[in-house]
Amino acid sequence: MTGQTLAGKAPGAPGTGTRLARLVARGPLHVVLVLVALFWLLPSVGLLVSSFRSAPDNAAGGWWQVLSAPAQLTVDSYQALLEDPGMVDAFWNTVLITVPATVGVVIIGALAAYAFAWVDFPGRDWAFVGVVGLLVVPVQVALIPVADLYGRIGIFGQISGVVAFHIAFGLPFAIFLLRNFFAGIPRELLEAARIDGAGEIRIFFRVVLPIGLPAIASLSIFQFLWVWNDLLVALVFAGADATPLTVAIREQTRQFGANIDVIAPGAFLSLVVPLLVFFAFQRYFVQGLLAGAEK
Amino acid sequence: MALAFLAPALVLLGALVVYPIFFSAVRSLFDRGGDSFVGLANYGDMLSSPRTRTAIRNNVIWVVVAPTIATGLGLVYAVLAERVRWQTAFKVAVFMPMAISGLATGVIFRLVYEDDPDRGLANAVLTTVADVFSSAGGYAGARPSQPDLLGAEGEAYVSTATFAPGDTARLGLLALRPSEVPDDAELATVPAAGDDTLAGVVWLDFTRGGGGEAGAVDASEQGLPGVVVEILGATGVVATATTADDGTFAVDGLDPGAYRLRLAESNFRPPWDGVRWLSPTLVTPAVIAAWLWIWVGFAMIVIGAGLSAIPRDVLEAARVDGAGEWQVFRQVTAPLLLPVLLVVLVTLVINVLKIFDLVLVIPPGSVQDDANVIALEMWRVSFGGGRNQGLGSALSVLLFLLVLPAMAFNIKRFRSER
Repeated sequence: MTGQTLAGKAPGAPGTGTRLARLVARGPLHVVLVLVALFWLLPSVGLLVSSFRSAPDNAAGGWWQVLSAPAQLTVDSYQALLEDPGMVDAFWNTVLITVPATVGVVIIGALAAYAFAWVDFPGRDWAFVGVVGLLVVPVQVALIPVADLYGRIGIFGQISGVVAFHIAFGLPFAIFLLRNFFAGIPRELLEAARIDGAGEIRIFFRVVLPIGLPAIASLSIFQFLWVWNDLLVALVFAGADATPLTVAIREQTRQFGANIDVIAPGAFLSLVVPLLVFFAFQRYFVQGLLAGAEK
Repeated sequence: MALAFLAPALVLLGALVVYPIFFSAVRSLFDRGGDSFVGLANYGDMLSSPRTRTAIRNNVIWVVVAPTIATGLGLVYAVLAERVRWQTAFKVAVFMPMAISGLATGVIFRLVYEDDPDRGLANAVLTTVADVFSSAGGYAGARPSQPDLLGAEGEAYVSTATFAPGDTARLGLLALRPSEVPDDAELATVPAAGDDTLAGVVWLDFTRGGGGEAGAVDASEQGLPGVVVEILGATGVVATATTADDGTFAVDGLDPGAYRLRLAESNFRPPWDGVRWLSPTLVTPAVIAAWLWIWVGFAMIVIGAGLSAIPRDVLEAARVDGAGEWQVFRQVTAPLLLPVLLVVLVTLVINVLKIFDLVLVIPPGSVQDDANVIALEMWRVSFGGGRNQGLGSALSVLLFLLVLPAMAFNIKRFRSER
């Protein structure tokens, strides 16, 4: 149906002849789009295939050689990677940073968003404009001051510091996204709960959170991807014991050619988790984008 | 009551986002260790040091080029994708990279940009396409086995002796690895020349294991196919021949006389081996291309949503009025889409100002200075070995000032929506 409206079908009945003509006319369009799609897919395929080849094979020729020599494929690099305690620790550090940073931003953001949406307090609108302004603050401006602050309270280099930083910088978007969603909840629903004698906390957990789930899903995915994929914040705040996967792989990229058997599977390991999240929750991801992901 | 809900967010935002802005502003007025007040000296350094100037210049290139291309491509893809049935698959392919980290994207593109066309995808594709159109000979580095018979003339080789119809020329070459001899090469033979035929053989005058005689076509020696042989008369090239699989060539119908033979320059031209993507001049465009790979999908999705929000009856009305597809796009779709395009552009500009990981990962160490951007330099100066947090703070304040217009845009848009 969409195809036909978009093709500008004139009122009247198009015969199979015109349909065929249209298909032929569209041939170049299909070719162009297929080429574009290949252009977007092949680089990732390259990484995937490279990660399943040995370092000497990768040094000798491009990944497409497996098309003629499938015997090159091996899981040796992954085996070595999983036996490397540094990399395994880094993977778990990534999890230990990402999960609390995501849960934290959802809880703290939802609480604040509820207050902005449904609790009257003086200066509310101005404060919310402030939150909108904070959406675009670059993390760079906070690196030196927060490093100094963490040094003084003794959490510099620790996972908790990295998590707190990610929550803080995730909050403006969280509050913005959730407030706009919460504000759309019908007032009668909240009034009814109040009449039933529910307090604000009860209303928040029993009414607002369940209704807000789609927005919370969008937020969670964004925060998850942002934190999981972060390199800069971890480079600054994560010490040797808190190093996540991105930082560990980055160390290896200084000797790119020599370490390709660590870099390729490591990079693939680091991107497969967000990719799964992306495919599983694509709908919420798109909704979050459209709600104004301006980080 | 409200305070209880807001307190955790306010504490975190205050301590880790708002307070740092002021701290950085003050810190930028102090020296590298933070001990003595230096006024605006850090800003002076920032604007005079070649490294930071390159970084600022590159950031300008990024801001001007990258968001515009991403928005433009996103628009084109969104419009085109709507016209095919498999648009969902197409869109997923293009915006999937959004889930991938800058680091992993950097690794992916380091592989794509390898110089060697046998390893880097970009150069492999380019050289393959170029091979179709150009005539690289495939015998780069070969030289005559008898230098007194064939003399160098530029990149080509010309016979010192002359040949007449009825003669047979033996033109031996050396210095080719066995892998450089084409697969379809056969054992060299010496052709018999007819009365008005000038014939000859071009072969690899080298017997593996030794024992061959220079200038003689020995039993196990291979002909070199595809060599372009030019027959030179008094006035220049009078005929051209190409050797067969056994290395032989023959030219009929020559007038009697003396001719010299030339192995054309094209035989010895080395094949084009692609573009040096990560050289100082190209590294920034190359990193921008990797960034586009991530962000065009974002532009496409947001613009696509904007497109589908345009009421169908408006488009239909224009078509009924006789407007062509291009006119409909220019006069109806584009104006209605303008606000969306602006939002996408501003979002991408903010993103590009802060670009960091791709520039850290893709350029090899030797060209890092050429690819430098403000966010990367800020990190390098303050944490990555520089240890000059005064200058680092000045750079971060610069970044903050640069996003202020975007902040104003967001606030204005937000208030007008209410």
